[in-house]
Amino acid sequence: MSDQKSQSAQAQKKSDTDYWKANLRIIMISLVIWALVSFGFGILLRPMLSGISVGGTDLGFWFAQQGSILVFLALIFFYAWRMNKLDREFGTEEE
Amino acid sequence: MDQFTINLLFVGASFALYIGIAIWARAGSTSEFYAAGRGVHPVTNGMATAADWMSAASFISMAGLIAFTGYDNSTYLMGWTGGYVLLALLLAPYLRKFGKYTVSEFIGDRFYSPTARMVAVIALLVASLTYVIGQMTGVGVAFGRFLEVSNTAGLLIGACVVFAYAVFGGMKGVTYTQVAQYVVLIMAYTIPAIFISLQLTGNPIPGLGLFSEHQASGQPLLQKLDQIVTELGFNEYTAHHGDTFNMVLFTLSLMIGTAGLPHVIMRFFTVPRVADARWSAGWTLVFIALLYLTAPAVGAMARLNITEQFWPNGTDAQAVSVETIATDPAYDWMATWEQTGLLGWEDKNGDGRIQYYNDASPEMQERADAEGWEGNELTNFNQDILVLANPEIANLPAWVIGLVAAGGLAAALSTAAGLLLAISSAVSHDLIKGRINPGISEKGELLSARIAMAAAIVVATYLGLNPPGFAAQTVALAFGLAAASIFPALMMGIFTKVNNKGAVAGMLTGLIVTVIYIFLHKGWFFIPGTNSFDDSDPLLFTIKSTSFGAVGALLNFLVAFTVSRMTDDLPQEIEELVESVRVPRGAAAAQDH
Repeated sequence: MSDQKSQSAQAQKKSDTDYWKANLRIIMISLVIWALVSFGFGILLRPMLSGISVGGTDLGFWFAQQGSILVFLALIFFYAWRMNKLDREFGTEEE
Repeated sequence: MDQFTINLLFVGASFALYIGIAIWARAGSTSEFYAAGRGVHPVTNGMATAADWMSAASFISMAGLIAFTGYDNSTYLMGWTGGYVLLALLLAPYLRKFGKYTVSEFIGDRFYSPTARMVAVIALLVASLTYVIGQMTGVGVAFGRFLEVSNTAGLLIGACVVFAYAVFGGMKGVTYTQVAQYVVLIMAYTIPAIFISLQLTGNPIPGLGLFSEHQASGQPLLQKLDQIVTELGFNEYTAHHGDTFNMVLFTLSLMIGTAGLPHVIMRFFTVPRVADARWSAGWTLVFIALLYLTAPAVGAMARLNITEQFWPNGTDAQAVSVETIATDPAYDWMATWEQTGLLGWEDKNGDGRIQYYNDASPEMQERADAEGWEGNELTNFNQDILVLANPEIANLPAWVIGLVAAGGLAAALSTAAGLLLAISSAVSHDLIKGRINPGISEKGELLSARIAMAAAIVVATYLGLNPPGFAAQTVALAFGLAAASIFPALMMGIFTKVNNKGAVAGMLTGLIVTVIYIFLHKGWFFIPGTNSFDDSDPLLFTIKSTSFGAVGALLNFLVAFTVSRMTDDLPQEIEELVESVRVPRGAAAAQDH
């Protein structure tokens, strides 16, 4: 009986570790996009995008003043949806 | 009915609404005072957090800073929204799972150290107080304008209102009041922007209008703006002029500061479930984005309108005459704003016209000499007035101007109230109950919370009379402080096994170094004239004091990891705590705390 208990506790521990790893992977991907649209397109890579014109200026300016915010929004909702799905896959959601 | 009466009517009606809601939802128990009994829906919570978050800095100040600098101040837009990604991904769900009331409680428990908790409390107090100073600057501008008194008188009256208002209720009162404030605030911001966007571009959505055609000239709006500002010797609006390194650091400081501010984080303790904490951060950003996507349009369009008002026949023709300013109703806004002491002009060369141009630009010197100009005659234009003056400049209907006055006050009030709540809970709950007198009664705790609020507002008002910068700049300093102290500790608490000594050493290093760097540039305790450096020529490389938060945060991480590695391992129960925080399962039980 106690063997079974410790076995299931161990299985859960392993599942929790996998869950955490999956979470970290999703976070990493999201943060790469987060940095790319703001620090990247909005600031550092703006000269590279200067050839693409948007309404009297260039794409980098659009990303700095509009695009980055829209991508941030998409990222947060994606993360919420993905994590809530991950919770169900691993059975880690709240009762 | 004159404009003053209409403003009073709008402001009065909105206040009656907030106070009514505050009375209706008065906080009863301490649990309700701090965290609204954890019964707030994610959308409601998102709206309230947005109102709490969007302060005088966002509403009153930010578009002005963008208008007069252009692209380089996009940092505010990206920084203050990008922080929500960090908050949603790295902090909110885990802190909700942990299930306590305050940020410093988490730090104290996770780092099993009352010292860590105290350091966190001090960091929160320093950041929140700086933040309130920025709010008071905005309150001064808003009250000064709508009561038609000087900026100083406006500030003093505003301080009394903020205090009376914040003492009324705790979080629950504040949550529902802030929903009402959000609605007032967002209408006040977007309605004039829609009007102006329609006038200039025919596009009703300001964020799209910004990239559309300027109907009067047939050119793209931003091209037109670039053209007229450069003709007057100012920097090209859409181009990058400042230092790129500083721009990146500043944006990063605002982002991580956003994710380290106690009054925002506290909000995520008030949603029912971990899953809701994730959605809630998204909803918050939706409501914030409505303003932030509009702000750059407000800035650019206002800059265009102002420039055209001073050069009604084009920049190569004659400037506007003093007589026109005095008699034409389209220029009435100048007289009303002159009363606040935040706007000023002077016909230096006595030609009966007001030439607005950049007299520091060498290219303009030639034309100035040829036409007999003796310097820029728009001698004072405080950038913080832009948003509030904007509908008057664009000649919008009187009710829109009244609405904007109410919105500006809502923005400043809601944030000031949220911050005062964070300050008072830090003092009463963490400092007094947690440390000095653990046996304090619930009544005593509420009383000390209110005394702390009063003390905070007195200090903030005093410093608000001589602020270290425009509202948004002062607020940016507060973000730097939060970035350097709180955010790294929270993140390491969740994602790493850093121990108590590491966390304390890291927070202290980040906080102290950042505070000293700011004081060296902005004056000790923000007292003017006591600074040894200036942000135009900073101590380290090109790093301005407003951008230093990111450096402080980096130092915090480095010191914490180093010290932690050299000292003991985590105790077993803390290892388990970290593991339990990472998984939502079982969070329901946390509600009973």
